[in-house]
Amino acid sequence: MAKVFERPKALADVVTHYCPGCTHGIIHRLVAEAIDDLGILDRTIGVAPVGCAVLAYNYFECDMQEAAHGRAPAVCTGIKRVRPEAIVFSYQGDGDLASIGAGEIVHAAARGENITVIFVNNGIYGMTGGQMAPTTLVGHKTTTSPYGRDPKLQGYPVRIAEMLATLDGPAYIERVAVYTPQLVMKAKQAIKRAFANQVEGKGFSLIEVLSTCPTNWGMAPVDALKRVANEMVPYYPLGVYKDIDAKGEDK
Amino acid sequence: MGEKILMKGNEAIGEAAIKAGCRHFFGYPITPQNELPEYMARRLPEVGGAMVQAESEIAAINMVYGAAGAGVRVMTSSSSPGISLKQEGISYIAGAELPCVIVNMVRGGPGLGGIQPAQGDYWQATRGGGHGDYRVLVLAPAGIQEMVDVVQDAFDLADKYRNPVMILGDGMMGQMMEPVMFRDEAVTKLPEKDWATTGTRHHPGRRNVINSLYLQPDRLEEHNDHLQRKYAEIEANEVRYEEVDVEGAELVVAAYGTTARIVRSAMEAAKQAGLRVGLIRPITLWPFPVEPFERAAEHAKAFLSVEMSAGQMVEDVRLAVNGKKSVHFYGRTGGMVPTPEAVLAKFKEILGGEA
Repeated sequence: MAKVFERPKALADVVTHYCPGCTHGIIHRLVAEAIDDLGILDRTIGVAPVGCAVLAYNYFECDMQEAAHGRAPAVCTGIKRVRPEAIVFSYQGDGDLASIGAGEIVHAAARGENITVIFVNNGIYGMTGGQMAPTTLVGHKTTTSPYGRDPKLQGYPVRIAEMLATLDGPAYIERVAVYTPQLVMKAKQAIKRAFANQVEGKGFSLIEVLSTCPTNWGMAPVDALKRVANEMVPYYPLGVYKDIDAKGEDK
Repeated sequence: MGEKILMKGNEAIGEAAIKAGCRHFFGYPITPQNELPEYMARRLPEVGGAMVQAESEIAAINMVYGAAGAGVRVMTSSSSPGISLKQEGISYIAGAELPCVIVNMVRGGPGLGGIQPAQGDYWQATRGGGHGDYRVLVLAPAGIQEMVDVVQDAFDLADKYRNPVMILGDGMMGQMMEPVMFRDEAVTKLPEKDWATTGTRHHPGRRNVINSLYLQPDRLEEHNDHLQRKYAEIEANEVRYEEVDVEGAELVVAAYGTTARIVRSAMEAAKQAGLRVGLIRPITLWPFPVEPFERAAEHAKAFLSVEMSAGQMVEDVRLAVNGKKSVHFYGRTGGMVPTPEAVLAKFKEILGGEA
């Protein structure tokens, strides 16, 4: 009998610590499938963040480094500069990448480091128990914005994909979501391209994936998916923000 | 090789690092160490390497983390305020047991302080500096030739123990020019970096992970116990120091780096005046050379620590002398450098009527 579905080779056969209904599992799988499809597992080096994906080094079947909070793009830079033949990726959440690591991501992008960044944006600090993130939407209640995020007090959410797309360094930036099967397939193509770009030496690629946090949002998983569609996507529109291949644009 | 050339301390470190096999340098501008990253930016491309100017000291040390984790010899440098920023990364590097060399050309503090030579980072360097129970080997050269020599040593020690090594200079050591000779060092046999993340194609059947996270308390304690055993081994095997006229000395002075040279000048004058003054010059500040102080405490009347700080190494001298004799202190701060005359006056004050 032909096998039509199996665990990607790049994904370790272990139970993850992720909460039920969280889409980290889907995104991990997509990253693993992309690595498998490109046949790069034995030369891939991943960098895990601090946050919900802190234990990602247990979940991918490649060499991994665990970075300090927000510093994954700098760690990736160090690895890629000394091992240019390696395929180097970071997997970071929004607290890690858009807050404490804002400097590192901006400058890795500006330098056009030939790395791949998977940026998981669920608008909250999940691992530490649901605090406000730089990406928390206006009005959303978190443990540190208990009355709802008020722009007068806490400012506005940061749009990373748009912001980084203003730079000349990046080769490819796209925002995707995974709340329907169709979108999952689309996200897979984007993630695969972000890795393929690195293989081809095209430079910095970042895929922002809108994700859920049923636990800290206080929602059932299905409702959490609906919230992504109804509340996050309007503020964080899906689409390609930078693509050096699109208009024959030179890097 | 074998030829003497005149070089600035900061540049001599750079060339010595290249000779030691370092091909990657990550740094950020700060006075008074800029000649080192500048030298690396110029020289490393010539030898197939690269200098990356990071966006911050924090990014630079984390680039070092990544590169060291990927198994190569790597260096960063800074000066006091920048080294404070690097402490997060240094703690992670120590926790993940990665080898690297960090240069601190110390300037006056606290805060933004000044840009003139100082030794006020002694505590930070020798006590770990960041969070958690860890140690960094600290080498303190007292001249440009010694600076060149300790660079090779620093990389070897880093690789041998999988631990960060700090070269602690000061603004004077970085800026000063002296003739140096690059010797062809005998290559030390070092353990293979089979733990490095180089991609599994280089180590089939085994996945390498660089990490300092241990969520289980018993596992983290086990890791700490392992680190402490390693530090004890370093303390037993890697102490380096120089002794000058310690035998028969009534006053034994402790000084390192630039200050040790000033003390040497004061000792010449003291000799003329009939004073018996000896010097113990720690070359490793951690591990601190306890044993020569224990020996000297048998015969010396008193000890004196001379520093460009408000009194930091003096605590290690007191611990080593362990109450057997009195321990005095003389220091200047803020970039003010002690004069040989002032140091001599202190010798006389301590030895008093006994001289």
